[in-house]
Amino acid sequence: MSNKEWPLWEVFIRSKQGLNHKHAGSLRAADEIMAIENARDVYTRRSEGVSIWVVESKNIFASNPDEADSLFEPADSKIYRHPTFYEVPDGIEHM
Amino acid sequence: MNHLFEYVLRLGDDSLILGHRLSEWCGHGPVLEEDIAMTNIALDLVGQANSLLEYAANVEGKGKTADDLAFLRIDKEYRNLILVEQPNVDFGHTMMRQFLFDAYRKILFEKLLESGDEQIAAIAAKSLKETKYHLKHSSEWVIRLGDGTEESHRRIQNALDTLWRYTEELFYSDEVDESLRASGVLPDLSSLKQEWTNYVHAVLNEATLEIKEETWYFQNGRQGYHSEHLGYILAELQFMQRAYPGMEW
Amino acid sequence: MKEENIEELERQFQEKIDNDIKIEPRDWMPDNYRKTLIRQISQHAHSEVVGMLPEGNWITRAPNLRRKAVLLAKVQDEAGHGLYLYSATETLGADREDTIDDLHDGTAKYSSIFNYPTLTWADMGAIGWLVDGAAIMNQVPLCRCSYGPYARAMVRICKEESFHQRQGFEIMTTLANGTPEQKAMAQDALNRFWWPALMMFGPNDADSPHTAQSMKWKIKRHTNDELRQQFVDVTVPQAELIGLTVPDPDLKWNEETGHYDFGPINWDEFWAVVNGNGPCNKERIDARRKAKEDGEWVREAANAYAAKKRTKKAS
Ligand SMILES: [Fe+2]
Ligand SMILES: [Fe+2]
Ligand SMILES: [Fe+2]
Repeated sequence: MSNKEWPLWEVFIRSKQGLNHKHAGSLRAADEIMAIENARDVYTRRSEGVSIWVVESKNIFASNPDEADSLFEPADSKIYRHPTFYEVPDGIEHM
Repeated sequence: MNHLFEYVLRLGDDSLILGHRLSEWCGHGPVLEEDIAMTNIALDLVGQANSLLEYAANVEGKGKTADDLAFLRIDKEYRNLILVEQPNVDFGHTMMRQFLFDAYRKILFEKLLESGDEQIAAIAAKSLKETKYHLKHSSEWVIRLGDGTEESHRRIQNALDTLWRYTEELFYSDEVDESLRASGVLPDLSSLKQEWTNYVHAVLNEATLEIKEETWYFQNGRQGYHSEHLGYILAELQFMQRAYPGMEW
Repeated sequence: MKEENIEELERQFQEKIDNDIKIEPRDWMPDNYRKTLIRQISQHAHSEVVGMLPEGNWITRAPNLRRKAVLLAKVQDEAGHGLYLYSATETLGADREDTIDDLHDGTAKYSSIFNYPTLTWADMGAIGWLVDGAAIMNQVPLCRCSYGPYARAMVRICKEESFHQRQGFEIMTTLANGTPEQKAMAQDALNRFWWPALMMFGPNDADSPHTAQSMKWKIKRHTNDELRQQFVDVTVPQAELIGLTVPDPDLKWNEETGHYDFGPINWDEFWAVVNGNGPCNKERIDARRKAKEDGEWVREAANAYAAKKRTKKAS
């Protein structure tokens, strides 16, 4: 990439109050102010958002997919963390 | 002369002609993101033109539509500022034209919120939201280009030098304004020029740009005397309506 | 040892695809999958962006304010689509600038339909109806494609596309119900765009050697001929409904197959246009190249200003 091109940004949009910001896509911008404005113009043309976050893509650190087994599979066996693991006698409500 | 009609036409034609100019960029912007941004502004302006010309047509009371006014007048009947018909030239000229106009429009719409005419106040309220964003966008670009590289500084300074002669017209006022002021349609606009000057100077200062005062200012657009550019704009704008009169599209 | 390893990785990769597990940017993928996707997605991105030009050609001449706003919004959407797709290719390691340079120096292809001129206002109708219609037919199945970022971009695009075809058909309907002059204009546009629209689906399956691999990888979900047939089947009744004639003397309903039979496509024309000899290839690429070159000082200035601001903040 030559220095003439703008850095890449990731865009996160809150679609309405009460919901999380969600990844919407990416775009190019010279700085954070421009990134917010470009995100507004590119990703909210149909009223898709009420709030925008941008982060320069190079600042995102991602987990390694090769380590997915050791990172995420151990949780699969902890079935006792889920309410369905437990038996509730008949006739008990609101539990 | 119907002063209200005349005044609304001036507002509407500014939006119409500037929207036309900006829409010429669609597909040719300096980067896709900015292409999309400029088209958003063009769309806002076309929308404003539609509301304003529709209202003008109502005020005129001759059974015309917004489209009749937009597409079927002759050049002398267009009331836009000479500034907004100036060609795009390059991105610097386009942003400078936009900036000088947006700064005027934002302050004007803020004042028109107080208009004694309900329609004008309502259109101003909706358009003000759009215009605030336009002004933020164009101000930031003027600063970026002014304080960017040598080339960008040279280009945007050049744009300012070329366009400054059309800025006095932003504050053009005649018996139309006076009579509407007297009847309460227009609020007091006497501070418009000072507020505009303050804002514009602050931004140009941050952009490291210099104003070269002119000895002559062009300001006959409001009376229908335009630059040569308007004729070509109308040739395109009106092509379909003139070539195929009276049809539905 | 190493080769066995790759075979095993490829086997696991195919297994994921067979089980409809999406592939994400940092996952292992065969080189060819990556290359094929980069080519396919960037061609699609170029088509969106070059596709702005023939319609952009009529924005300043739109016949009324409503049509002007709709056309502006539509062409702007295509810029957005190009952007989403360039972003998807960037997740595969293909820089947007390099990808665009490939377009400008002629190494990359884009949909050949955009090399035809837009001569009348009716072409805005024909393009929305036929070209966006064909594109939607191509794109809806790609919402389920195996590569996550591409599939997500396609979901967004398809949602936005939905008004494009309707506005085009509305234009055509208005013209077809209009004066004789308008109706002739609509028919002429259909005559010029019908065959190029059918060519949009690409060569016949027999001449499309990569289709089988792409379908196995789920980056293509139907063959070219299947999609083309589907397009003909839904579009012909639409033309009839508004009283326009599809310019194909061989076109007729086949009771047995339950499909329309249609005449042979002029593949010589198709390849001529793909290879740069369409009526507007040069104009389209020149326009895109000029936009990039004219914008260079702008992009540079914004970077320079951002750098100055960062230094100021740091000190
Ligand atoms: Fe598209
Ligand atoms: Fe498309
Ligand atoms: Fe489209």
